[in-house]
Amino acid sequence: MQFDKPATTNPIDQLKVVGKPIHRIDGELKTTGRAMYAYEWHDPKLRYAYGYPVGSAIAKGQVTSIESAAAKKAPGVLGVVTALDVGDLQKGKLNTAKLFGGSEIQHYHQAIAVVVAETFEQARSAAALIRVDYAPEKGAFDLKAEMANAETPDPSTEPDSSAGNFQAAFAAAPVTLEAEYATPDQSHAMMEPHASIAAWDGDEVTVWTSSQMIDWWRSDFAITLGMDKEKVHLMSPFIGGGFGGKLFLRVDAVLAAFAAKAVGRPVKVTLPRPLIPNNTTHRPATIQRIRIGAERDGKITAIAHESWSGDLPGGGPETAVMQTRLLYAGENRMTAMKLATLDLPEGNAMRAPGEAPGLMALEIAVDEMAEKLGMDPIEFRIKNDTQVDPENPERPFSHRDLIGCLKLGAAKFGWDKRTRPATRREGNWMIGVGVAAAFRNNLVMPSGARVRLDQEGIVTVETDMTDIGTGSYTIIAQTAAEMMGVGVDKVAVQLGDSRFPVSAGSGGQFGANSATSGVYAACVKLRDAVASKLGFNSADVVFENGEVRSGNRAVALAEAAGHEGLVGEDMIEWGDLTKTHQQSTFGGHFVEVGVDIATGETRIRRMLAVCAAGRILNPITARSQVIGAMTMGAGGALLEELAVDTRRGFFVNHDLAGYEVPVHADIPHQEVVFMDETDPYSSPMKAKGVGELGLCGVSAAIANAIYNATGVRVRHYPITLDKLIGDLPDVA
Amino acid sequence: MRAFTYERASTVEAAATAAAQNPDAKFIAGGTNLLDLMKLEIEKPSHLIDVNGISLGSIEKTQDGGLRIGALVRNTDLAADETVRRDYALLSRALVAGASGQLRNKATTAGNLLQRTRCPYFYDPNQPCNKRQPGSGCSAIGGVTRQLGVVGVSDACIATHPSDMAVAMRALDAMVETVKPDGAKRAIPIADFHRLPGDTPHIETALERGEFITGVTLPAPVGGKQIYRKVRDRASYAFALVSVAAVIQPDGSGNVAVGGVAHKPWRVEAAETELPKGARAMASALLADARPTEQNKFKIRLTERTIGAVLSEARG
Ligand SMILES: Cc1cc2nc3c(=O)[nH]c(=O)nc-3n(C[C@H](O)[C@H](O)[C@H](O)COP(=O)(O)OP(=O)(O)OC[C@H]3O[C@@H](n4cnc5c(N)ncnc54)[C@H](O)[C@@H]3O)c2cc1C
Ligand code: SF4
Repeated sequence: MQFDKPATTNPIDQLKVVGKPIHRIDGELKTTGRAMYAYEWHDPKLRYAYGYPVGSAIAKGQVTSIESAAAKKAPGVLGVVTALDVGDLQKGKLNTAKLFGGSEIQHYHQAIAVVVAETFEQARSAAALIRVDYAPEKGAFDLKAEMANAETPDPSTEPDSSAGNFQAAFAAAPVTLEAEYATPDQSHAMMEPHASIAAWDGDEVTVWTSSQMIDWWRSDFAITLGMDKEKVHLMSPFIGGGFGGKLFLRVDAVLAAFAAKAVGRPVKVTLPRPLIPNNTTHRPATIQRIRIGAERDGKITAIAHESWSGDLPGGGPETAVMQTRLLYAGENRMTAMKLATLDLPEGNAMRAPGEAPGLMALEIAVDEMAEKLGMDPIEFRIKNDTQVDPENPERPFSHRDLIGCLKLGAAKFGWDKRTRPATRREGNWMIGVGVAAAFRNNLVMPSGARVRLDQEGIVTVETDMTDIGTGSYTIIAQTAAEMMGVGVDKVAVQLGDSRFPVSAGSGGQFGANSATSGVYAACVKLRDAVASKLGFNSADVVFENGEVRSGNRAVALAEAAGHEGLVGEDMIEWGDLTKTHQQSTFGGHFVEVGVDIATGETRIRRMLAVCAAGRILNPITARSQVIGAMTMGAGGALLEELAVDTRRGFFVNHDLAGYEVPVHADIPHQEVVFMDETDPYSSPMKAKGVGELGLCGVSAAIANAIYNATGVRVRHYPITLDKLIGDLPDVA
Repeated sequence: MRAFTYERASTVEAAATAAAQNPDAKFIAGGTNLLDLMKLEIEKPSHLIDVNGISLGSIEKTQDGGLRIGALVRNTDLAADETVRRDYALLSRALVAGASGQLRNKATTAGNLLQRTRCPYFYDPNQPCNKRQPGSGCSAIGGVTRQLGVVGVSDACIATHPSDMAVAMRALDAMVETVKPDGAKRAIPIADFHRLPGDTPHIETALERGEFITGVTLPAPVGGKQIYRKVRDRASYAFALVSVAAVIQPDGSGNVAVGGVAHKPWRVEAAETELPKGARAMASALLADARPTEQNKFKIRLTERTIGAVLSEARG
């Protein structure tokens, strides 16, 4: 199905099932431990062996030798496969750093060997016996130091944009702001570590893994192993979080495949937690410069956003300036990205790449500018709202209700009670409130599905879509149920299997809208098949209550399916509506914090998000996405930083004791409100993404609240107490 | 983790004998620190002596009106003990500020005293670390040091001792009671129990090889306002950046020990005479010899301000 015209009325608009607060249909499996995650996959007929990976001890250079004789002799050991044994491998298309093979070390903890044994413990113990000699080389590890050497990245990343004459307008503006902001490297820190099991059958391999994108992995796996993609079967039915860390093929799958081949048995490999931050990808640090010029009435006349980030050769920039191209009006504008070569682990997508760190900076700058203008920061944002792409004013937004979000949020939150900075005290707590706009583009991806109807009247959906904890199973069931006129109890959903039609996968908050649209398309096909089998005229067919009706004829779906059953398969593809119209999601984040006047500890007191993200397919799963994202934003504002050792070239705090993410005690009252809206330009579902929107802007709202509480402006995340304590008032 | 042999000891004597027979052995109590370190091969005992079966799990009054805490009393039970909560509230507060509920259910009094540093380089076997591998160098110095020590540090090591409980015990003048493999008993003042790193950061306590902790005694209750203030980045489940354990008497005198700043709970009795002059005077005497790094010099100011907050809370 080609989606190239705005959606009109369709069966989804009935909203009998879609839009309802239905609990996860896979919830029971998860809460009872029966949802099998990659490492837990168990076939009693198979004798699994265990692989334990070895990571490089240096950040850059060459492996000159790997001594594995002692490991091979250790109890229970079945085999050792080293990077030197397998030699150079072709790298997956979507990987920047090579995962395995050959002597070159590109980053710390790059995988250089896997030890396979009868038990996990034996493999781990033997892995410690591997001795490696290196020829280390000097590397660049310090973004600040490399800023001067940073270059404009590949044009495909659209590094620069401009409209009007920024320089002249900024120079002429009566009120201006110029400031530098910094965001640190961050780790996805998902609950489930990367894990895979590989089992060979002749020259074919089945891999159970933890992947957000089945088809991307399958392709890159085949390239890396040098085999035919058709001979790779990938399974990833349950995923314990990914946040972008499982978008691209990871080394656990590669090691498991080599290990399984070497020992002639299925092999399980998981990345030990301390290996994950340096072995896998991370959100790269940024340094950002923002300049804003405005008239005294608050109208922005000039806005510029530049960002510096680093990556391994062949990598890309963190696209932190993207939202600034679209969020606020202003005739004269420019954005630019610069990329430095760094020999740290690969920088790549983490939840809301670009917008998350970009808004961490931009939305502080907007708060600072409002203060300079003597304006309320919400009024300032409203004053500079735009209904068109400000760089291409002939391109309207498909639907944009940032103002509605901010106004509703302000009313609900009690924004009018905000006081001047550093004026509100409760005991030892300095109290402040902050606001930020949320903004994230609505991406769409082609997505396929197959829907079967059987003689019991059961509708089964098959697609390689993944559920990374987001609720894909549930919203897909709701979509099929709505389309086929049955309840969700009559729908079975099977996901994450490369034998199923290729879907959007989970990432970039495109999953829900794209994948349900694919299911919609397949259901349209199935409806046609039902109608034509019954000789109904599909135009006036109604699917309702497990029946299909036309005029005064009604047939039960089960009966219509008959012995053979019926199948519909299709893929949603996207016309140029995303080009003619800017499709984005919007929101307002409101936060109240307390800052301890003596110690500078910041504790969040309440959070509110108001989101405008098209039709909300399921308010429970959507809310879970947003509160999870707000929690991640709290971590980003206050805690999370991969600390770089700029001499040795690695992230030092590479476990969950050192890389602190929020715990329950950090997260107080959270409230989420969804605007009641639809966006017919976005898809037949009229929905948009919401899973990343919830993160965009949260950290800046917290930063602004800290400023309101203390009068201290911190522009370098995370805002830990050491950055405040020098400026807090004297006590005692 | 290396393969190891394992035995259960049911008496102190049996534990001490087993330790004497196998110089490479380690006692295991709750295992919450030891097992993590064994998985990373930072600890490599060839033999484990499980001491959980020894009856050292009680809390009893001593003859001089103090309290004896068995080595195997779990942190949860110690924090919840009625006498502790009434007479040594500082200890109870320090305990519940540490780790998580699950960990405190397993963690023991002796194990807590002997937990090892959280220096991130200590935890990474690829990195030189004098504490893990004597003579290999200290990779923290000149590197990421935000969490590390500011006072009593050496050129060989700037790590901190991470315990909350021990800081409270230091302020309460606890004694650590032990039995050596030859059966000799001794009581070590907590002030002398943990050592500064000096040139031998791998030697962390006054314990001799195989010496077994039987318990900790506290002197008779001293009253006063007992406050434990733990400062950290996240609200729970994090080690202290700085913690202050204070017993403040109505006349303004008191005992103050500080955690998160040194290789041991940091207390300077002489500095306590400055207490009546206020936090700044007290802190500057307490940290007079501090040698912070660029990344952790905030701990100096933080210590002073936290002591200030504690003193004003004590004044009520
Ligand atoms: C995630 C995490 C967070 C934590 N957070 C905190 C925190 O915030 N604050 C805090 O204070 N602590 C914290 N801890 C540390 C925790 O308090 C310690 O791990 C615990 O107290 C150790 O006690 P255990 O009984 O488990 O010791 P074990 O791990 O069993 O033993 C530790 C050491 O003591 C030795 N030992 C044990 N008993 C004896 C004995 N009777 N005589 C001689 N030697 C003995 C062992 O041989 C070993 O060397 C945390 C730990 C973890 C894992
Ligand atoms: S500070 Fe101490 S524990 Fe940390 S690396 Fe240096 S020697 Fe090792």
